[in-house]
Amino acid sequence: MLPIDPTKKLSFNRCIMYGDLVIVYERYDSMKPVKVSENGVLQNRFGVFKHSNWIGKQFGSKVFSSKGGFIYLLAPTPELWTLVLSHRTQILYIADISFVVMYLEIVPGCVVLESGTGSGSLTTSLARAVAPNGHVYTFDFHEQRAASAREDFERTGLSSLVTVGVRDIQGEGFPDEFLGRADSVFLDLPQPWLAIPSVAKMLQQDGVLCAFSPCIEQVQKSCETLKTYFTDIRTFEVLLHTYEVREGNLGSWQDSDGCLGTLKSCKKRHRSTNGLENSSPQTILARRNSEARGHTGYLTFARLKCDM
Amino acid sequence: MSTKSSEEILSANQNPRITWEGCSVLLDINDGDRVLFARLTAGSKVKIGNKNCSLQPLIGCPFGSSFQVEVGEEGPFLSRVVPSTEGNNLGEKMDCQNMEECRDNRTLVDNNTAQSLTSEDIDDMRRKGATGDEIVEALIANSSTFEKKTAFSQEKYRIKKQKKYAPGVLLRRPFARRIVHASLAELQPSHSETSTSIDQLEDACDKESSPASDLVNMEESSNVNLETVSNLAASPKTNKSIKAGEKAPLEAIKSWKENGFSSLIIAAPDLDAWSIVKELVPLLSYSAPFVIYHQYLQPLATCMHNLQTEKMAIDMQISEPWLREYQVLPSRTHPHMQMSSSGGYLLSGIRITAIDQPQPN
Ligand SMILES: C[S@@+](CC[C@H](N)C(=O)[O-])C[C@H]1O[C@@H](n2cnc3c(N)ncnc32)[C@H](O)[C@@H]1O
Repeated sequence: MLPIDPTKKLSFNRCIMYGDLVIVYERYDSMKPVKVSENGVLQNRFGVFKHSNWIGKQFGSKVFSSKGGFIYLLAPTPELWTLVLSHRTQILYIADISFVVMYLEIVPGCVVLESGTGSGSLTTSLARAVAPNGHVYTFDFHEQRAASAREDFERTGLSSLVTVGVRDIQGEGFPDEFLGRADSVFLDLPQPWLAIPSVAKMLQQDGVLCAFSPCIEQVQKSCETLKTYFTDIRTFEVLLHTYEVREGNLGSWQDSDGCLGTLKSCKKRHRSTNGLENSSPQTILARRNSEARGHTGYLTFARLKCDM
Repeated sequence: MSTKSSEEILSANQNPRITWEGCSVLLDINDGDRVLFARLTAGSKVKIGNKNCSLQPLIGCPFGSSFQVEVGEEGPFLSRVVPSTEGNNLGEKMDCQNMEECRDNRTLVDNNTAQSLTSEDIDDMRRKGATGDEIVEALIANSSTFEKKTAFSQEKYRIKKQKKYAPGVLLRRPFARRIVHASLAELQPSHSETSTSIDQLEDACDKESSPASDLVNMEESSNVNLETVSNLAASPKTNKSIKAGEKAPLEAIKSWKENGFSSLIIAAPDLDAWSIVKELVPLLSYSAPFVIYHQYLQPLATCMHNLQTEKMAIDMQISEPWLREYQVLPSRTHPHMQMSSSGGYLLSGIRITAIDQPQPN
């Protein structure tokens, strides 16, 4: 997923080979991850696609089924992975993820601690941010989930950047080997306040913590605990509106005879009548999508107090 | 940390979390009122309120330390504030009483006579060498209404007076997030709140800054303070990046042409988005993502429509991120009154190959 190996630096430009992970783009809201294999076949509503036909094509290519249906083969990125991974838990989405990575000041070389791992959605972006010489240590107390996450990081080629541990972080805190070593820590746990004293010990001075919680009562408790060790405590919510775009022809009220508002039917009529009306230009129209994704959770950030 | 990869630090074998002479820092004045860049040299100064203070006392201190302006024999100077165990978060000092606040403000009358200290009194205290904190305490002691205020308003009052009479400076590392906010604050003083689209852009920039990648800044009519950006010795962003106005080495240009860019970020508020996009998107390798920021929706809508009809990109989305900050206090949690609402719009997508005929299977 990442161009860590300097010889493969521009990974997007590589041709597809057996063993590659590709993101198959069917339609705007429909994508899936596929491992390219010798006898592999992908079957979907657009037809039957043989993996062998994909070999040697560039990422970003459009490929056709025998039926004439088509899909696009995309190179995996953390953004796409978050959209296609298998949901074993609630996950973080890209709007929250980018804000977290930014605010935690994660850059190449950082050591980052995370708990719980969940489905590894955030972990994937953390790994890219610390690459090539940093590391993410992520912990979940659910053995099966940790194992699945490990498999995923293997699949996405991130295993050299991520270590998954099984541990009850609320009960035991982070392992002592990380004392004073973490550049930043991220918590997505049901009771983050139980882990905060441990986080304070793990962070380097001036290091930043983020806790994600869906409910304000959790935030309240976390903030109470944070005050003892942290400063600059700030809580945010990231909301995202999306827009749809279409081309339309808006009729003028003067030459409309009762067909106001119905974009398409008006358009036909305009064409068939005189040239004046034809001059009414096509307009690009944008409007907010009605199904906005609302609340995901609150993000509380805090900086370790400097007591040197 | 990024700072570790900076040559400057490697050579000096410095602890990147402690300042050194000659390093670049961000100074956060009065809790975010003003954020500015500085280079810590023996001679550098900062103006806080009407006082010029030397930055000398900041050298050798850990990032994250706080300072206050004090006035001594030789004039104003910055003095390190030793962190108290109480901390400095609003509302911390009211732990026990906050739940059942019994005071209310029914008896408060605002008639400008509440403060019995005059500005002459304060000047006099100053001349006698009172510290900023002592003045704040005196103001509180001489306020007839302070005791009647709710704990929350008391705290607010204290903070307000502290900002005026004992302004503080917080020493920060220069990170992309803070830098952009500092330069944004310079550009549009009325708009210094965080905005998420900017954060997403910065995040994208950070991702591109891994040592193995080239970052090409194609800015021509830059309205960002470039001097500040090039000052950032400790930022990985300057690694290998070609600065605006500088010509890229031929070798690099050749490799870009052959391989294509692996991502594209456009933030040119005054230019027509489509006129840049149609030139730059073709330079991307196939399957590479791009993101275009604009403060208005319409240019992005046009862009998206054109990219769609020309079959240049898929997975396109126009989004408008909103950032809402909350005040979190026991029994007093609510969204901040001032929210940054929309910081603008983002068009994101993925470049695809142009070939569009079914091939024989
Ligand atoms: C909502 S998920 C995290 C999702 C993740 N942020 C993502 O983006 O995919 C929360 C995870 O925390 C784990 N968890 C809950 N309590 C824990 C504890 N005490 N110690 C470690 N992990 C815990 C759960 O098993 C679950 O997988």
